[in-house]
Formats: sequence, structure tokens, C-alpha cells
Amino acid sequence: MIRSRFASLFLVFVLLGSFACLTQVHAGTLVQEGSTLKPADSAAVSEMKEQPGGEKFNPGEMIMEHVVDNHEWHIATIGHFDLCIPLPVLLICNGQIHAFWSAKFHNETHSYLGFTLSKEGANKGKIVTIQEEMTGKGPKVYDFSITKTVLAIFISSFFLILIFVSVANRYRKEPNQAPHGLQNMLEPLILFIRDDVAKSSIGEKRYEKYLPYLLTIFFFIFFNNILGIVPIFPGGANVTGNIAVTGVMAFFTLVITTVSGNRHYWIDIINTPGVPWWLKIPIPLMPIVEIIGIITKPFVLMVRLFANMTAGHIIILGFISIIFIFGQISAALGIGVGIPTLLFMIFMDLLELLVAFIQAYVFTLLSALYFGLATVEPHHSS
Amino acid sequence: MELVNPGIGLIVWMTLAFLAILYILGKYAWKPILKALKERESTIHEALNSAEKAKEEMLKLKFSNEELLQEAKNERDAILATARKIKESIIEESKQKASEEANRIIVAAKESIQNEKMNAMTDLKNQLADLSLDVAKKILKRELSDPKKQEEYAKELIKDVKFN
Repeated sequence: MIRSRFASLFLVFVLLGSFACLTQVHAGTLVQEGSTLKPADSAAVSEMKEQPGGEKFNPGEMIMEHVVDNHEWHIATIGHFDLCIPLPVLLICNGQIHAFWSAKFHNETHSYLGFTLSKEGANKGKIVTIQEEMTGKGPKVYDFSITKTVLAIFISSFFLILIFVSVANRYRKEPNQAPHGLQNMLEPLILFIRDDVAKSSIGEKRYEKYLPYLLTIFFFIFFNNILGIVPIFPGGANVTGNIAVTGVMAFFTLVITTVSGNRHYWIDIINTPGVPWWLKIPIPLMPIVEIIGIITKPFVLMVRLFANMTAGHIIILGFISIIFIFGQISAALGIGVGIPTLLFMIFMDLLELLVAFIQAYVFTLLSALYFGLATVEPHHSS
Repeated sequence: MELVNPGIGLIVWMTLAFLAILYILGKYAWKPILKALKERESTIHEALNSAEKAKEEMLKLKFSNEELLQEAKNERDAILATARKIKESIIEESKQKASEEANRIIVAAKESIQNEKMNAMTDLKNQLADLSLDVAKKILKRELSDPKKQEEYAKELIKDVKFN
């Protein structure tokens, strides 16, 4: 039964992989700002060379622009026209609420209502007052903008709800029937989370309480990971590679673990069993380590998912950059390097698909393990 | 925006969005899905169980059928055995009766033969007596025609008569 479940999972991967690869390869030429929509690499490179000002291609900057959050959703630059989706900017500064479209920043001064996008320093890319940008000091700006990541979260949440509510309706309408269609694709995953993650980590008795949370984080992470690999709108946003997103989910895991921790859990933290007494008295070394562990466990969850997804995006973007770096030297070199690089990119995309699943699985599994640790019953034998 | 320096806005929006999908999916997706999965599993489990039970019952039925058959066979054998016994005893009895009857008939036949014989003997004796008498009469008639001889005979008779 488990074998067939894995077989169907594998099939899902292969299908998604082929789809993602096609779109990635097709879009590989248009992700770079300053490139063209023309499919041939050489054309993109030669156009870039002719750009006024002789703008030098900066791979580091380009990659960072793609993996971090942004106030607009940039899709492509065609000639001198930026094709991007403007997003609403919501600011609270000095007790005043300011709301406008991010497109307002596209002017001579790159500023609007006294706000500007910081170009340098620690706040790079964030909205600050002009005063702060110039002098380094100024009123604090609280930015509640619907950024690219926020919009991507909304879109993926909308799709998740649409998909799973429709699947749930199928279950409601046809109870005790064999699953089919979308339901058949998702059921192995749901059963996998239920049986192999929740049931085995938390235990037969208490797993049901945590199952909705575990299923939600698994599918949220998995769906956003997959969507992040797809380079065209509404994909391509690095949602799960954003530390705020992973941080919020890790925080939820921390809260649930702490709230559901039973007496046994706290006793084990304060009086850790199985270690020599001199690690606890007079200096409570183990208790301190355990208490730090309460925080480090979700912290590690946060960093692992963030780092894995961001690294994957950086690697793929790095491969794309190679084409342009060599293309700047000569067009022929760009084409020559572009072909093997494309093969590497396909390979990396497939690897990222695997990582997308593994990271969602690991986050869910570790969350389940922490819940299981927090709720485990003491052994009556000892 | 920096990689590890998230804005407050994103955290707030992510929290709100996450809570929203957690609630909506929890209520409208996971609950019915998990319930349906559980129900289906229990239905399948029950179906399998009842199939197993039916199988067992079939086995039992088969077993009891066999038992019944065996019993019937035993009974038949028993009936046959008693029938054979009865047959034998009937034959034995009738043989005995027949031989008894035969004996009786033989005895009766012997008796009647004896009787017949006796009768025949008596008849024979009577006829013989009659014949003797006739002979004697005829002889006497001839003998007594001669007075000398009459006297002789009378004398002889007197001689035979003894006075007691």
C-alpha cells in the first residue's frame, strides 16, 4: 500500500516536473531585467549590450532582486518598457496612514509623498522617508504593503482553499466511493501526512487534534515551493524562501508545542532524564540547554526551509546568469555556454521539485515530532 | 529588501493569511475529508470483516453439512445393519419353524400311517376271522355229515374243554 502511494507521488512529481521545466526553459530568457522576450539568447545579449549607458550585467544584484521581496511584481522588461504589476503600498508613519500604488515610485526622483525606496544600506529595498535616506535619521515607517510575497501568499492561499474545498465536496457528495481526478492525486498525500507523519510521530490517540495544522503547513509549503519554481506569474515568487513566512510558520509550531506541552514535557526540560546529576546541580546546564532548545527547534525549522528554498532559487538564477555573463563577452560564447547550462538548469529544476517535497515533508514531520514530544505520556514502567 | 531582515508588514500579512487558511481549510476541507476517509476506511474494514465472517460461516455450514451427511450415513449403516439382523433372524426363525412343521408333519404322518396300519390289520384280522369261520363252517359242514366223525370231534372238543 505504501509502495503504491509512493508510486503515485512519484508520478505527480514527474508531471509537475515536466511542466515546470518547460515553463522554466521557455521563460529562461525573460527573467532577467534588461533582457528581451525574444527566445534566442544571442538576441537578448546583443540587445543588452546596446542598451544606453552600457549597463553592466550584475548577477549578484539580479539574483538578490529575484529572491527577496519587492513592492512590485516585475515580469519582464521589453526594450525600455518594464512589464510589471504595481502593488498597493500601505504605510503608517507618524500616526498617518498612506496608501498608494507602487507605480508612483516610477518617476524622476523615485520618491512619492516624501517616501522612497532605499537604495543602500541595511534598509535596502525598504520604504523609508527621504529624510532618512539622506541623513540616516528620520521617523520610523511601518510598511504594511501588499508586496510581491504577500500577493503570492494570497494567490496560493486562494488556490489551496479552492482546491481542497472542492476536493472536500467530492468526498461529501460521493462518500465511500473510489477517489478520482484531483481527489485521487491529493488523497495519497493526505494519507501520507496522516499515517506516516502524524500518526507515527504523535501517536494513535492524540494525532487527530494536530492533523489540520500539519496538513495545512504541508500543503501550504509544498504548494508554494512548487509555485516558486514556476517562473511565470503567479509563480516565481520566493514565498517559502522568505524568512518572514517560514518564521511565522515556525512560530505557530512553537506556540502549539508550548501550549500542548504536558507535565511530563516540562519536567523533562527542567529535570532532564538520562544525564549525570552534575550536569543539573549546582549549575543547571542541561535545563538551560533544554530551555534554549525550545526556541532553537522552531528556529531551525525556520532557517532550514528558508535556506533550502532560497538556495535553490539562487542556484537556478546563477545558471541563468552564466549565460548572460558569457553572452557579454561574445554572442557565440553565450549560445555555446547556454546549451549545457540549460541542461544543468533542467537538472536543478528537477532537483528543486524533489527539494520542494522534501522540505515540506521535513517541516511537517519535525513539527509533528515536536508535538509528539510535548504530549508523550510518561513511561509507567520506569 | 534584505534576505534575513523581514518587514513587519509581511509578518502580519503572513500571520493573517495563514490563520485564515488554517481556519477555512480546517473547517471546510480537512474536517470533511478526514471524516470521509475515516468512514470509508471503517466501511472497508467492516466489509472485510463481514466477508471474513461469511467465509467462516460458510466453512461452518460446510462442516455441519458434512457432519449431517456423516450422521445420515451412520444412520443408514445402522438401519442396514439392523435390517440385516432382522432378515437373518426372520430366516432363522422361519427355518426353525419350517423344520418344526416338517417334523410335526412327519410325526403326524407316521401316526396316521400307524393308525392306518392298525386299521388295516384289524380289517385283515376280521376278514381273516370271517374267512376262517367260513372255512371252519365249510369244513364242519363236511365233517359233521359223517356221524362217526361228529362224535370224534365232539370228543375232541370235550377233551379240550377243561373245567376250571
